[in-house]
Amino acid sequence: MSLEQFKDRNVGEQNYYQVDIADYPTTGWGKFKRAVDRTFKGELFVGLWVVMREMIKFDIHTVQYPKEKLPIGPRYRAVHEMLRLWESDTERCIGCGLCEKICISDCIRMDTRYDENSRKEVGEYSINLGRCIFCGYCAEVCPELAIVHGPRYENTSEQRAHYVTFEDMLTPIDVMKAGAQKEYPGFGAITPHEDERVQKTPLAY
Amino acid sequence: MDTAFIIETIIKIVVILLVFSALAGFGTYFERKVLAFMQRRLGPMHVGPYGLLQIAADGVKLFTKEDIVPAGVVGPIFKIAPVITAATAFMAAAAIPFLPEFTLFGYTVHPIVADINVGILYILGVMAIGLYGPLLGGMASNNKYSLISAARGAAVFISYEVVTGLSLLAPMMMVGSLSLIDFNNYQAGGIGEWIIWSQPVAFILFWIAAFAETGRTPFHLIANDHEIIDGFGTEYSGMRWGLFFIGEYANMFFISFVMAIIFLGGFGDGTVLGAFALLGKVAFFFFFFLWTRAAWPDVRPDQLMWLCWKVLMPIAVLNIVITGIVMMF
Repeated sequence: MSLEQFKDRNVGEQNYYQVDIADYPTTGWGKFKRAVDRTFKGELFVGLWVVMREMIKFDIHTVQYPKEKLPIGPRYRAVHEMLRLWESDTERCIGCGLCEKICISDCIRMDTRYDENSRKEVGEYSINLGRCIFCGYCAEVCPELAIVHGPRYENTSEQRAHYVTFEDMLTPIDVMKAGAQKEYPGFGAITPHEDERVQKTPLAY
Repeated sequence: MDTAFIIETIIKIVVILLVFSALAGFGTYFERKVLAFMQRRLGPMHVGPYGLLQIAADGVKLFTKEDIVPAGVVGPIFKIAPVITAATAFMAAAAIPFLPEFTLFGYTVHPIVADINVGILYILGVMAIGLYGPLLGGMASNNKYSLISAARGAAVFISYEVVTGLSLLAPMMMVGSLSLIDFNNYQAGGIGEWIIWSQPVAFILFWIAAFAETGRTPFHLIANDHEIIDGFGTEYSGMRWGLFFIGEYANMFFISFVMAIIFLGGFGDGTVLGAFALLGKVAFFFFFFLWTRAAWPDVRPDQLMWLCWKVLMPIAVLNIVITGIVMMF
């Protein structure tokens, strides 16, 4: 199944119609007529035919999950990832602390310090996935597109508190060197044609 | 009574017991697969190729599960109830000819345990006793859903049993015997002589009653999972529950045999082709049990009683009267 098929749910294109339901009979004669009607109408055989048709068509819709997986949308919000800069392969995170501040379930904790060039860098950074509700605010608020949501939705943990650290989330350097880092098209990402929509700040109010 | 007869009978009993216990297991596999295909699913797929070993996995689970007897149950009755269901299901098989006579190593084998002259009466009677399993199990379980199930069982039981007996009366009048072998020989002339052509009403009535007898879907109200959990089976676990299950599926097979022999000519003239024809008819009836489960909704207990007492029983009585008049002139 391709992603297009998956996303196309055809909302509003079906032909809905009112089911024709007759009034409930009140008299004995009406009930009798209904019983006779239902007996000889052969509706039971319609039901039998419908299920037999599906069995013959053998159009199985089962996704055998561990072996097959449905595609997920690009805006899916699973475990976070930390991206690197394409130019220098260093991490994008500037340690501004906005994600920690905005996190509504208080699951991000970060420690920053000044490095030898007096630039801010991240010392400790961890996300408690047990608390995270995967709302996407951290990815949306990030000014550098550094923290994003990845597609990895299968997680297990022995405890409720399950931490990922900065190093776990950071794009591995060999993946980066191979140019295989996936850019994030979801929450907070720059939309296409952004340049055309940027307007100058009015100087005179 | 010579020793050879006793040995032969014991061998036949063991073979029937083993074959139909295994078939009950395969029945669950077929049921899951057929239901799944009809609902666009795949059914069991992981244990063995195409899930074929699912039966073995289920068997291991049932045998090794803890046998829980809950507090507050009436112990002896609670423990004996599943045995009643399974045992009576297999007891009913004693009077059913499963295959035509055949010769094995120069020895003529009659694939029927006991060709008694009250065969069909015995089968109906023993199958009726089988309803004591759900009834006693439900009442002894100390569970209100089981109690509802037992009450429904009793109500359903007295409703359909009338129809079963009355609908079979007309074919019995025509054949003049109660033995299933005689039923078979009566129709040995070929398709044209099947009782279904002369007694179509009795056939449909008995078929409907067979669904109530085995508690299959249109009349699955004794153990209706979505209304009363599992009815009489709620408090059972492990192999005791498994006995209920084996009894239910063996019953489905046996009632299919009875229908095929009484109405559809059985094994006909007794050739190999006839034997396969009998197995094919039984397979169709068994498949139909699964088919209706996928297609039809359940009826309420009061609807079943309405159907049995106000519709089916008058038709059955009329059928008997008309058959009698036709036979008289």
